[in-house]
Amino acid sequence: MTGAQKPRVAVHKFSSCDGCQLAFLNLGENLLTLAGRVELVHFAEAGPLDPESEVDIAFVEGSVSTSEDLERIQHIRAHSRLLIAIGACATSGGIQALRNGVFDAGWVTQIYSHPEAIASLERSTPIASHVKVDFELWGCPVSGPQIVAVVNALLLGVAPRDNVDKVCTECKRQGHPCVMVTRGIACMGPVTRAGCGALCPGLGRDCYGCYGPAENANTDALAAQFKSLGLTPRAVVHRFQSINSQAPAFLAAADTIRRRGDD
Amino acid sequence: MNDAPHALDAGPPHAATVVARTQESPTIFTLRLRLDDPAAQAAYRFAPGQFNMLYLYGVGEVPISIMSDPEERDGIGHTIRAIGRVTQGLAALQPGDQIGLRGPFGNGWPLQEMGGCDVVLVTGGLGCAPVVSVIHYVLRRRERFGKLVIIQGVKHAEDLIWREQYDRWAKLPNTQVLVAASEGGALWPWHVGRVTDLFSLARFNPERAVAMMCGPEGMMRAAADSLLAHRLPESNLYLSMERNMQCAVGRCGHCQFGSAFICRNGPVFNWGKVKTLLGHRGF
Amino acid sequence: MLVGQLMQQGYQCFGPGVENGAIVLHELATPDAIPRGLQAVQSPGRYQLTQDPEQRYFAWANGPQAIKPLAFAPTESLWRVARDASGTLQFSAVLPAAPKRALIGVRACDLAALALQDAHFLRAGARDAHYAQRRDALLLVAVQCAAPAATCFCASTGDGPTPTAGYDIALAELADGFVVEAGSARGQHVVDALRLSPALAQHIDDARKQGESAAAAQTRRLPGRNLRDALMSQLEHPRWDAVAARCLACGNCTAVCPTCFCHAEVDQPALSGESSAHVREWDSCFGESHGHLHGFNVRPDIRSRYRQWLTHKLAGWHDQFGRSGCTGCGRCIAWCPVGIDLTEEVAALTAREATP
Ligand SMILES: Cc1cc2nc3c(=O)[nH]c(=O)nc-3n(C[C@H](O)[C@H](O)[C@H](O)COP(=O)(O)OP(=O)(O)OC[C@H]3O[C@@H](n4cnc5c(N)ncnc54)[C@H](O)[C@@H]3O)c2cc1C
Ligand code: SF4
Ligand code: SF4
Ligand code: SF4
Ligand code: SF4
Ligand code: SF4
Ligand code: FES
Repeated sequence: MTGAQKPRVAVHKFSSCDGCQLAFLNLGENLLTLAGRVELVHFAEAGPLDPESEVDIAFVEGSVSTSEDLERIQHIRAHSRLLIAIGACATSGGIQALRNGVFDAGWVTQIYSHPEAIASLERSTPIASHVKVDFELWGCPVSGPQIVAVVNALLLGVAPRDNVDKVCTECKRQGHPCVMVTRGIACMGPVTRAGCGALCPGLGRDCYGCYGPAENANTDALAAQFKSLGLTPRAVVHRFQSINSQAPAFLAAADTIRRRGDD
Repeated sequence: MNDAPHALDAGPPHAATVVARTQESPTIFTLRLRLDDPAAQAAYRFAPGQFNMLYLYGVGEVPISIMSDPEERDGIGHTIRAIGRVTQGLAALQPGDQIGLRGPFGNGWPLQEMGGCDVVLVTGGLGCAPVVSVIHYVLRRRERFGKLVIIQGVKHAEDLIWREQYDRWAKLPNTQVLVAASEGGALWPWHVGRVTDLFSLARFNPERAVAMMCGPEGMMRAAADSLLAHRLPESNLYLSMERNMQCAVGRCGHCQFGSAFICRNGPVFNWGKVKTLLGHRGF
Repeated sequence: MLVGQLMQQGYQCFGPGVENGAIVLHELATPDAIPRGLQAVQSPGRYQLTQDPEQRYFAWANGPQAIKPLAFAPTESLWRVARDASGTLQFSAVLPAAPKRALIGVRACDLAALALQDAHFLRAGARDAHYAQRRDALLLVAVQCAAPAATCFCASTGDGPTPTAGYDIALAELADGFVVEAGSARGQHVVDALRLSPALAQHIDDARKQGESAAAAQTRRLPGRNLRDALMSQLEHPRWDAVAARCLACGNCTAVCPTCFCHAEVDQPALSGESSAHVREWDSCFGESHGHLHGFNVRPDIRSRYRQWLTHKLAGWHDQFGRSGCTGCGRCIAWCPVGIDLTEEVAALTAREATP
């Protein structure tokens, strides 16, 4: 894709906090380079507004959470050659998916002063539940280097590299001593996808699982270890039921713990 | 072979230009490459069975067997199936485009030691690439070898590339071509079934034959069992192995198969060297 | 005094210090920056700092990393390629800057492991330029282990606790000072400049005894013989399933292991489209890419990945390098988040009763 024609790019927002779009804005110098290599057709956070026209690449942030979302995502799919879901909301339903399975109009009334203004669907769902997604970029929020890598791959006309390794891989390359071992805290790194550069362990903290489940995530073994570190079954469930609660591996892990807790 | 000028070519790659591109089937294509440095191109030597690392700008490197004739001096041939990141990117290359090339790597087939023998080639899938250069090699030096038996298995009839070539080879004297597809199709002239079905049809003298195999490991295991049952000596049975490769110079550890580094100790092995582990899933 | 002399001779000095709850080798700012009394209690999946009551300098056994990252970098560019507007490629090598570095406090197990990494990366006729550049710039000051951790088992692998080879200078810390010995011309040069008084026979004998009692204090062990046949005859042992149920396939063991050499190569193109760096980074046989072939993985499950690690380390290494790939440092035990202990796994896998 060198030369003449610049690929047309749109960045769309669904139910989300805008954090992943910020990852674009935070690219700094790279953002200018990016603007030189692609034609940004629609990116509400940054200026251009044209959600309607045909694009080569559509980045979609956020989950499908309202009935309006349902229609809009179909429209976007129909007008985009490639659709890339970015961030935990778009790939697993995000933090707002915690309401899935426990949604009840009762608490909406309790929380909001104008419950009639809340037009949420019962479930918050990832983009891939509704339309074909060409590539999923996990993370909450996604990181600048991830975005650059995806854009680069698309500009080169190849599929992006899917990093399914664990956070531990990055943690060790950075030389951080393992916080589970030194401090006995419940780190989600061994079941979580790499991509953040092991941000939390680098700060002496446990990984929260922002990047979703890694390949071959042995959630049962990690849950057992959390338990022997002193976490209650409930606390272990909370570790898995957070930002990526609806990612199948984390959902199954929580179900297993709950089931075991019952019998 | 290990003293070849490119014996250790850890990188950076050498610039090479695509001089021709042929689409062999919907997903398989052949690139003819020439090293940009004329002296390097002229000095480039390889043995059939060796491979190069081909580098696509900004994407990465992949190991690809060399399928051209080792006597050709003005180009290096690679037949590639477009399946993943790098190979699909390579598929988009056009004559004039530049890539990187390192190699050749590994050990080729022990062709020097095969004089006077019948040559049996067993391939499955795209496993034919490392073996096609053997076919060229034998045909050019026909008098040095006995019978040539080419046994090729493919999944779908349309996966058989170089169909005309197979037809042409089949007409040569002292040469037998046996092809099987597990799923045939209209106008499929060859056998429908498994490669191993064909051994009873193959005409060669097992005591004076050398067999070379390439393709899926299950197929090679079954073929080896058949050939050994036909009394081919184990020492005359060779195969080419495949594992993930990152460096090709025996460093990255990805190609390890038991204690062998396939990039360095292979990819061609004698059957005796690998037969035990080949039976175990997970190595 | 030693550190001061090394600094004077232009070495960047690395010595022990605490980072994130562990003892690491980091750059020393001043000659007196080596802390006293550091110690750590290690057990499977646990590493906790404590104080040495005797306030010695080197009463700790080892930390999460040894020499490996300083010779075989966790990530580094191997070469780069520039691309102009017409698509013409220009390849060039990228070599690391390698300042002279002195590492103070390396252990016998780490020296043995470094010798194995040397055998891999500096193979005759196939020297890895990046590794060589860093490795050649290292001056190694080894220390005898007086207080092995509970995870240490170098005595059984024959690699410690007293350094016997591979160092430039070796130290033994005694109650009333150090026994210093040069192991190379470079080391001798440094030692000469220190103008030390010759060690008394008594001191040398004390150091020997200290080493012997440190060896005797070790509780874990690996059988000293070649385990290749014992392990390779147990490839379908049910123990592999049992360990796979516990193992996270996180690769921590391979990352902290001082002999593991696996790495992946990835491209990092600049967004401008004008250049790309070809980078290598530590990788592990516990990861997906290690066994990745297009369309399938030769080691899809944790069972086969754990088996790859253990059989490579303790079987394949013998054929590749003429000895086992384990020098008994115990890191893979302490730093395994779930505390899997390879000595225990080996014992279970090779127990006679288990033979079918
Ligand atoms: C010695 C040898 C000779 C080969 N010869 C040929 C040939 O002549 N023609 C041909 O089409 N293919 C050949 N292959 C297979 C070819 O290397 C893979 O199809 C190719 O690496 C896939 O890369 P990808 O990026 O397109 O796929 P992805 O699935 O995107 O792979 C990602 C990376 O994994 C590695 N990888 C994936 N599959 C393989 C594999 N099968 N072998 C080694 N590394 C792999 C590569 O580093 C690749 O870049 C050969 C492999 C080996 C080991
Ligand atoms: S701190 Fe967390 S991410 Fe890092 S190695 Fe330990 S478990 Fe893995
Ligand atoms: S296998 Fe474990 S104990 Fe042995 S050298 Fe590696 S990390 Fe140390
Ligand atoms: S294969 Fe595994 S055990 Fe062997 S060197 Fe590589 S990472 Fe270490
Ligand atoms: S394994 Fe031996 S040499 Fe290594 S730290 Fe422990 S006691 Fe010291
Ligand atoms: S043995 Fe331990 S450190 Fe190694 S991969 Fe398994 S869980 Fe991780
Ligand atoms: S491909 Fe790297 S060691 Fe063989």
